Amino acid sequence: MIPELGHYALILALCLAMVQAIFPMIGSLNNTPGWVNLARPAAWGQFVFLAIAFGALVQSFLVNDFSVLYVAQHGNTQLPLAFKVSAVWGAHEGSLLLWALILGGWTVAVSLFGRSLPDDMLARVLSVMGIISIGFLSFMLFTSNPFERLFPAALEGGELNPLLQDFGLVIHPPMLYMGYVGMSVAFSFALAALIGGKLDAAWARWSRPWTLVAWVFLTIGITLGSWWAYYELGWGGWWFWDPVENASFMPWLAGTALIHSLAVTEKRGAFRRWTVLLALLAFSLSLLGTFLVRSGVLTSVHAFATDPERGLFILAFLSFVIGGSLMIYAWRAPSIPRGGGFAMLSRESLLLSNNLILMVTLAFVLLGTLAPLLYDALGWGKISVGFPYFNTMFVMLMPILVLFMAAGPLTRWKQQDPTTLLRSLRIAFILSLVGGVLVALPMLSGSLSAGFAVALSLWLVITLIISARQRLQNKQGLASLVTDLASRGGRSYYGMWLAHLGVAVFIIGVTFVTQFDVEKDIRMSPGQDVTLGDFLFRFEGVESKPGPNYQSQFGTVRVFKDKQEIALLHPEKRTYQVQRNPMTEAGINAGFLRDIYVSLGEPLGKGEWSLRLYYKPFVRWIWLGGLLISLGGLLAASDPRYRMRLATKRHTSSVTDGPIGQGSQA
Amino acid sequence: MPGFVRYLLPLFAFLALAGLLYKGLSLDPKKIPSPLIDKPAPTFSLPQLYAPEKLLTQNDLKNQVSLLNVWATWCGACRQEHPVVMQLAKTGVPIYGLNYKDKRPDAKRWLKQYGNPYRANAFDEEGRVGINWGVYGAPETFVIDKQGIIRHKHIGPLTTEALNRDILPLIKLLQEADG
Repeated sequence: MIPELGHYALILALCLAMVQAIFPMIGSLNNTPGWVNLARPAAWGQFVFLAIAFGALVQSFLVNDFSVLYVAQHGNTQLPLAFKVSAVWGAHEGSLLLWALILGGWTVAVSLFGRSLPDDMLARVLSVMGIISIGFLSFMLFTSNPFERLFPAALEGGELNPLLQDFGLVIHPPMLYMGYVGMSVAFSFALAALIGGKLDAAWARWSRPWTLVAWVFLTIGITLGSWWAYYELGWGGWWFWDPVENASFMPWLAGTALIHSLAVTEKRGAFRRWTVLLALLAFSLSLLGTFLVRSGVLTSVHAFATDPERGLFILAFLSFVIGGSLMIYAWRAPSIPRGGGFAMLSRESLLLSNNLILMVTLAFVLLGTLAPLLYDALGWGKISVGFPYFNTMFVMLMPILVLFMAAGPLTRWKQQDPTTLLRSLRIAFILSLVGGVLVALPMLSGSLSAGFAVALSLWLVITLIISARQRLQNKQGLASLVTDLASRGGRSYYGMWLAHLGVAVFIIGVTFVTQFDVEKDIRMSPGQDVTLGDFLFRFEGVESKPGPNYQSQFGTVRVFKDKQEIALLHPEKRTYQVQRNPMTEAGINAGFLRDIYVSLGEPLGKGEWSLRLYYKPFVRWIWLGGLLISLGGLLAASDPRYRMRLATKRHTSSVTDGPIGQGSQA
Repeated sequence: MPGFVRYLLPLFAFLALAGLLYKGLSLDPKKIPSPLIDKPAPTFSLPQLYAPEKLLTQNDLKNQVSLLNVWATWCGACRQEHPVVMQLAKTGVPIYGLNYKDKRPDAKRWLKQYGNPYRANAFDEEGRVGINWGVYGAPETFVIDKQGIIRHKHIGPLTTEALNRDILPLIKLLQEADG
């Protein structure tokens, strides 16, 4: 009964999505307020029914209703409670439902916080989001119904993929989906503005906080995924350039370009066509990611159970949404007025360079991800693109990005006098060069890469400090920082500051862990000692321990430094009761400056095991960087100026065309 | 280029991509022959199935034309191809097993029941070596030449037909080659 209710709620949600997509749009085009006003109630109703459907699926998992095929496949009676809930999004059908629910949530949020928008603009935004929702709901109902029954019911369920039975993976997909789906808001704003022919600074201002929040979720999702891969897969790696990772990284790159480009459009009214195209691109790449993961055209460790019919459905939907939006772009873009001009050296030109580099990076990632498919389709043979391609690309492009990134905040809008800029940059250049050379000296590290990374990070950090000093020049102490944080544009600035600092931290983390990590694969018998760098590892054996729904081979390793015990680690191998695949749980002693990481390999008989020991310096800085970037994004999104009622802009007709605000910071 | 065409470029780029993706739907990425073909066999070092204290490594495969057969007791298709593997073993070709994500007692029991065609078995409990070898799923069979270079990969159960058409002629060819 409950599953049928869920199924029925899903159908009703689809009906309401249709109402939300069709009537407000038509109403906004021929000025029928009654139709325009349908947008909000339809969006709310849709969300309520999606929540009911989602609740029904959760309930089916909680009561172990194995007459529901999806529950029988992915749940079982012994699954711990938290994982029963997360099993809802552990596979294809349920994760689509989560996708749809999150889209519904974003839609409701837009309808609530977007009260200051002109009615017809809001109606168009909600209508576009309704169209996207129709696509996903019909995809679910026609090809991937999570409520499909199983007759006769199974006595016991299958099992949630043990890899997913982990806290990191409980929150990683929802975060990522919040990001993917959140990009649909910027997309809908862009499309609505294109349809209305009003691509102005007001549009950029409305889009900015939404884009920032979505981008923050995407950043958190990617960071969590990387952290999870590190501790759960037992290889000590944190990024694999897997097609599915790339599928999340591409919208992130486009989103990063978009938040910078939106800043220019809001402040200076420039880059309008480019910004709108980026907004379309960011969500299109989210959709492309969905297609890549669920259609089976690429092989990946993440791939869902695939089926060509599903692939065809998503491709048709993808073509409709992306193709349609690009057609509207081609139709409207020529009439978008040019924005304010700017000099060769100005904040605009630096942000443009930033966008260019991000786009080149994106193009390389896209090419690398699709190259196997391209070669195959053209009959050129089969290839696989691996680590070296992506790493080389990344290492070539990122330093250029960082060079511009540091100069950006010190540069004025419109025109910057080169001599003043060079004067501020000179100190930063000298200091970072000195720092880099020092680190690269043989007695310190002897690594050129590490020196280069330190120089880049210092370059960023010092320019950030110079920029903050310039900002606070005429103010005093911490108190002024507090007032500045409450001012219009203040949090945007400090958000940028934190996020850029995060990049500096990330650079150090990535380079140091790549350059200086030490690892050892070794066979150990109980009681045996082995040294790795400054550390002594003592293997004390492995015992068998039961877990809630698995049997654990529970290892014990003590780590000493200078004869002091500094860590007691328990690397584990778990065998889950249903799938019988052994899972590795690494034993990690985390630290700000280094991780010690031990994972169990194979039992070799007589209590002996093969062990993998790692010393990973600065690895935490990778995720710390991601965290700072996310915090910066959140801070920027909370800027008070986005919450101000734009009273004069209640009607599209009165929207001024051109830059608003002449603040000196993005 | 006329002005308006410029604005159509993103659309054209997308259409090209969509065309590629459409083509991609009709291709099966799992048919990708291993990217390892004509490359040296990935290194591995695993305990043997019957003698866990002894390691089987890629070096044991060298100086002869050999087969590496990926199998597991949980895999129905492995059971299906087993008679073919047995028959192949009788021709004297050295066959090594990669016992993939399996349990030792199960594997031993299985071989006792159905016969053991393998010179030796590497016991890859976690499937880590399988990942390095690009294994999509058992069964899979690799043909490795005297220099330890992978020359062929067969995905799915071996059949007498595949044996006679692809594998046996290739083995013959490789055995005649110098080395």
